[in-house]
Amino acid sequence: FVPGLFNVPQATPVAVFKLSNDFKEDANPKKVNLGVGAYRTDEGQPWVLPVVKKVEKIIVADNSLNHEYLAILGLPEFRSSASKIALGEDSPAIQENRVGAVQCLGGTGALKMGAEFLRRWYNGNDNTKTPVYVSAPTWENHNAVFANAGFEDVRPYKYWDAEKRGLDLDGFLGDLESAPKHSIFVLHACAHNPTGTDPTHVEWMQVAEVMKRRKLFVFFDSAYQGFASGCLDKDAWAVRYFVTQGFEMFCAQSFSKNFGLYNERVGNLTIVARDSDNLKRVLSQMEKIVRVTWSNPPSQGARLVAITLNTPELFAEWKDNVKTMADRVLLMRASLQAKLQALETPGTWDHITQQIGMFSFTGLNPKQVEYMIKERSIYLMASGRINMCGLTTKNIDYVAESIHETVVNVQ
Amino acid sequence: MALLKSSKIISTVGLHPPLGVLSIRASSWWSEVQMGPPDPILGVSEAYKRDTNPKKINLGVGAYRDDQGKPYVLSCVRKAEAQIAAKKLDKEYLAIGGLGDFTKACAKLALGDDNEVIKSGRNITVQTISGTGSLRIGANFLSRFHTEARDVYLPKPSWGNHTPIFRDAGMQLKAYTYYDPKTCGFDFQGALNDISKIPEKSVIMLHACAHNPTGVDPRPEQWKEIADLVKKRNLLVFFDMAYQGFASGDIDRDAWAVRYFIEQGHNIVLSQSFAKNMGLYGERVGGFTVVCKDAEEAKRVESQLKILIRPIYSNPPMNGARIAATILNTPDLYKEWLGEVHGMANRIITMRELLVANLKKEGSTRNWKHVIDQIGMFCFTGLKPEQVERLTKEFSIYMTKDGRISMAGVTSGNVGYLAQGIHAVTK
Repeated sequence: FVPGLFNVPQATPVAVFKLSNDFKEDANPKKVNLGVGAYRTDEGQPWVLPVVKKVEKIIVADNSLNHEYLAILGLPEFRSSASKIALGEDSPAIQENRVGAVQCLGGTGALKMGAEFLRRWYNGNDNTKTPVYVSAPTWENHNAVFANAGFEDVRPYKYWDAEKRGLDLDGFLGDLESAPKHSIFVLHACAHNPTGTDPTHVEWMQVAEVMKRRKLFVFFDSAYQGFASGCLDKDAWAVRYFVTQGFEMFCAQSFSKNFGLYNERVGNLTIVARDSDNLKRVLSQMEKIVRVTWSNPPSQGARLVAITLNTPELFAEWKDNVKTMADRVLLMRASLQAKLQALETPGTWDHITQQIGMFSFTGLNPKQVEYMIKERSIYLMASGRINMCGLTTKNIDYVAESIHETVVNVQ
Repeated sequence: MALLKSSKIISTVGLHPPLGVLSIRASSWWSEVQMGPPDPILGVSEAYKRDTNPKKINLGVGAYRDDQGKPYVLSCVRKAEAQIAAKKLDKEYLAIGGLGDFTKACAKLALGDDNEVIKSGRNITVQTISGTGSLRIGANFLSRFHTEARDVYLPKPSWGNHTPIFRDAGMQLKAYTYYDPKTCGFDFQGALNDISKIPEKSVIMLHACAHNPTGVDPRPEQWKEIADLVKKRNLLVFFDMAYQGFASGDIDRDAWAVRYFIEQGHNIVLSQSFAKNMGLYGERVGGFTVVCKDAEEAKRVESQLKILIRPIYSNPPMNGARIAATILNTPDLYKEWLGEVHGMANRIITMRELLVANLKKEGSTRNWKHVIDQIGMFCFTGLKPEQVERLTKEFSIYMTKDGRISMAGVTSGNVGYLAQGIHAVTK
């Protein structure tokens, strides 16, 4: 008699998680998982950063800490120090009191809050028809975040040139020129996911010029600061440049990768406004959105990051840990490229070392990807994206040989 | 507006940015963004913090305090944390639906270990961002899939955040009679009358125990009649259980209504919070359960819940869920927890009695019986907004405008002053 939810169809699983599942169930001892974006050591293990272990002990030993609710917008010391990481300690915008932040659940949560706010307040009170542009390709969840926040028109902007395996600058600039005024653009701050291809400084300046002239909204997604080059400031160049150009903008930050705090859901939506009055009103409305979504954010991860960023020796140690991770990735890139060259694998493989961050867009096509998975038990995304962190000194030969065999046998 | 903007341009000239930047500085995307009002519940704590009166009392948000007025970290929580630290676990992403050890234990806690629903696998329980996150996922799920009806019926009154959550998810809010201001008790007949008129397939929200804000719960015989009527009306039941353990001090007693409804064949949806009963407020630990007709339906529902969760926060936070799971799954920690919840509930009951005794001592001739009859963390004093305002302004006693006080904020040290204040504004 009871109203049943009989009309609930089975949803298709999220691809990246299905891949991990299939990997788990594969019995081949040589299997390699180049799927999910999480850092792995050279032993193929997850890595809890040494500085994180240290700070966890500090937290456990501090009896003055409890589990009380954080404020709606989160832990103040976390929010301000996280924004400083993105914009720089001496950012004029921070000094001018026009930078604020919302602590969120990971980078996803920060994108979500920004999206919800824009839908309600950006250009009039109903932005359901305002176009939101995401790069082609982009992190697969970008589309869903904005669509679920009510945006009906989420479109791709040209980004990846498959033929030349690099940035399609003309296409990108062309889409910026032809986008309806006030369109929202989601830009990857560094280490573009999934292509690993970032604009150069000069290219970023060209992008900024068009966006300023055409009044387009800047929404940065910064999930890999530190991971791209190993240097936090270098990786924040684009975000900081746009601030100097006077943009009012959002920057969704994730501390999942650079702190290795994946499951603690530590994120920050940094807001750069025209002035402190506008900022105040924006934050007050952010509170309303937070309140009907999760009320207030989780404390553990934010505490950890705040203590680290605000304690000089710990901050230095963290930067060192980040460099360790970035350096290992760079080493794997160099090794893979060298091995493919040595094998004389058909095609060019420079993109492996030119691309930046955790991911590489190998250029393998879906048929070749299928072959890699089925015949070699090497798991990668259908797009040809590999997670460099899945490579180790022990499996890199097998992976290189497999790529070689795949490219030679499968077209 | 334009004049304001131009004066801003003039004042920024001194900061020598290039002219091109000045022209972009001239206006803001956010000029039309209004200042949002402070949150009616959380805003109370913020006002309290700003108050410098040494005698101030915060009876706003429902967060437990010990008799010294301090936050209380449960001993079983500290032990669980020590155990977890020793395990040196990694920080890999949880599944979208959360920590399995937690979700299984969460369902068992609500439904009972031996519940047929759990045995047959026809429930899906996902980990959520505490109670709010659970309600929000539930609201989103109903909005997307319960297309036969858009209306959610809340008891009058209900938790202040229920309405904005459901509204933001696209549902429409209606109410059924619940609280009787004349008796400060449950208007049983009024509730039955209203429920009998609710259109079929609408969603009805029920507080499982320790009703927020009134502290007024139906008695078991009354729950039985409600369950019956709800069945006749063919309504979809949404239970909100944020205080399991806090009402009577007994976990099973507090879950009685939830379990009874399920026994009677209602396939409910249920939100649970561990903020209060485990004191894990800021860790954001909660669960959302859908009781389905069979395991196959549960699988389909699970897949859709994941699709809803992923674009909000991808996957939930580990820390609190790990603590809760450890407590629920470790027999001596579980036992200790039950004792501590019982202790917290008892302290609140004692404070209720003390408050009434002190009011009598002050000379109040009003009927304060409801303070003792009401259950759980909150007491609906019956104070009117003007009286609440006086209490705040003249006595620095903070509560929500509806006259709700969090008994957890009352201590043997401040109950006398509280009684003084209440008597002063009601005599």
